[in-house]
Amino acid sequence: MPNDAIARRLRELGFVAGESVQLMAHGPIGAEPLLVQIGFTRFALRRSEAARVVLREGAPA
Amino acid sequence: MTVATAAPLRLALIGNPNSGKTALFNQLTGSRQKVANYAGVTVERKEGRLIAPSGRSYALLDLPGAYSLTPSSLDEAITRDLCRGFYPGEATPDALVCVIDATNLRLHLRFVLEVRELGLPMVVALNMADVAARRGIRVDRAALEQALGVPVVETVAVRHNGAKALVERIEALGASPHAVPPPLGAGADLHTETRRLLSLAVTMPARTSRIDDALDRWLLHPVFGLLALAVIMFLIFQAVYAWATPVMDLIDAGTAWLGEWVKTGMVDMLGSVFGEGFRTALADGPLVSLLGDGVIAGIGGVIVFLPQILILFAFILALEESGYLPRAAFLLDRMMAAAGLSGRSFIPLLSSFACAIPGIMSTRSIQDPRDRIATILVAPLMTCSARLPVYALLIGAFIPQQKVGGVFNLQGLVLFALYMAGILSALMVSFVMKKWRRDKSEHALLLELPSYRMPHPRDLAIGLYERAMIFLKRVGGIILALTILLWFLLSFPGAPADATMPAIDYSFAGRIGHALTAVFAPLGFNWQICIALIPGMAAREVVVSSLATVYALSAADDNAAAQALSPILAHTWSLATALSLLVWFIYAPQCLSTWATIRRETNSWKMMAVSAGYLFALAYLASFATYQIAVALGAG
Repeated sequence: MPNDAIARRLRELGFVAGESVQLMAHGPIGAEPLLVQIGFTRFALRRSEAARVVLREGAPA
Repeated sequence: MTVATAAPLRLALIGNPNSGKTALFNQLTGSRQKVANYAGVTVERKEGRLIAPSGRSYALLDLPGAYSLTPSSLDEAITRDLCRGFYPGEATPDALVCVIDATNLRLHLRFVLEVRELGLPMVVALNMADVAARRGIRVDRAALEQALGVPVVETVAVRHNGAKALVERIEALGASPHAVPPPLGAGADLHTETRRLLSLAVTMPARTSRIDDALDRWLLHPVFGLLALAVIMFLIFQAVYAWATPVMDLIDAGTAWLGEWVKTGMVDMLGSVFGEGFRTALADGPLVSLLGDGVIAGIGGVIVFLPQILILFAFILALEESGYLPRAAFLLDRMMAAAGLSGRSFIPLLSSFACAIPGIMSTRSIQDPRDRIATILVAPLMTCSARLPVYALLIGAFIPQQKVGGVFNLQGLVLFALYMAGILSALMVSFVMKKWRRDKSEHALLLELPSYRMPHPRDLAIGLYERAMIFLKRVGGIILALTILLWFLLSFPGAPADATMPAIDYSFAGRIGHALTAVFAPLGFNWQICIALIPGMAAREVVVSSLATVYALSAADDNAAAQALSPILAHTWSLATALSLLVWFIYAPQCLSTWATIRRETNSWKMMAVSAGYLFALAYLASFATYQIAVALGAG
């Protein structure tokens, strides 16, 4: 989705190929939002936002 | 000192949110700050003056925090436009100071690269170098400077020597203002370049912070996290009500004394100077009444809320600085999103329990305009402290002091029900707005949860001072003007010589009160309530003193006037009327200072009218239903 503003913002925040992400926690109701750590930074993402991040399995960092 | 006379160089602080930019700004400029808004919008514009040891003076602008120069919020758009010189009425900065957090370099270095592409002279302030060192992150400053091609200075936002080095580099920039940083080749990827910089200049441990991990494990825990949030909120409420009360009593007593003194002491004093004739003219004239009953009582009625607002904001600022606030938003986002709000709406709504005005002001932290409007519209439904005196009076007069189920106090239960009714109404209103609005596009949460930090007293003090000033200047001005107007309406015209009714019946306010009875009779409101609702528009709690005034001025003799208000009400009103008025105050649309704040914060008369209109409609319908049902049940 090249014109998706949320996906673009995710890329700017560092969600790009080659970075490893870690799921740290989730919210109390409906397990939403998610707390995702990328690099040194933690972001709260709703599931619809997190769905834009494509994960590939790799060696743990 | 000769250089100081030249036009000051314009510097702008730019950086990611949570980079410690504002703390650095506070340290560089101290109290020499000017806070205003950018033209036409409600984004805060902070400018300060920095005087270097050389005597040269700099104008330092604290730009809104941004993650990127491709904006996704109003704040970011302003930062981009200003840096590119597109923002109307703002000159392009002569140089940029890009603030980055040494513990969060992967995110922040990418932004440095983006900012470098602007081609403006710049210095990078490597902030929180001390925290990074403690966490085992080693940054090779010289290597980073060489790889970036722009000066890099280590700063510690809370200590002075870091800022000193920064000022020296800024001075060096000033000597050669055309030292523009090298651009990146076309088509280069910022992430690849960031990775290259990191591998060249930074060594870091596998994990960034053990303390953050431990705190987040508990504070974001589905059960314990919510419990901790509830405890924190409870403590804030306790503090707002318990700590502020003695100060508020003092202010109340002070204004009452001052008002009395103006009417007696001051008149006597001036009389002894200018003669007895002057004294009589003054005592009977409108000027003394305006000063004593209007101005002093009016200003006192506003200032009395300052202690609560300051305590509340001290807590909010401390929570904000510590990094806890985004965690609270994280915990509550799902619930609030279901009602058409967002996790970020939590703090503005919490503030609104003290007063809707600071609550609406703090919606500035909600970047999404749609969520912000929704929050502003429901904020007045949170029971503000100004409604408490009204509730206390009516509950005391009409609700019997008895136990329910052997444990609960009936009066306390009614008070609790009134608070809950406000919260539930807010959730319903925002839910309905969510269903109605045309724009159903997805709006992101995408919230950074920064590292926990110890709040610094200087930043808290400057933040509190700013809030207090905004409150006193703007709202104080509006309330003062309204108070004078209402005093005029209540005092003029005076009763004719052959008056048969109390003077208040002949005044403009009296006539308006009688006219309003036609509208409010179906709610069970008598003309005295209708009159009291008018000055209640300036501040809700004024309704109590207004009722007292109305009943005192319309009493047949002095004996009746001296009676306490509560038994008078209990004898003259029906229970249905009292319940109806209680319900009216859940919605209480008639707070002019809230209207003025909504008008200012949304920059829209329409939004103000929508807010006032829907609250009035809800108040009218709910009171009408309450009164009619109560009468049908035999309470009329």
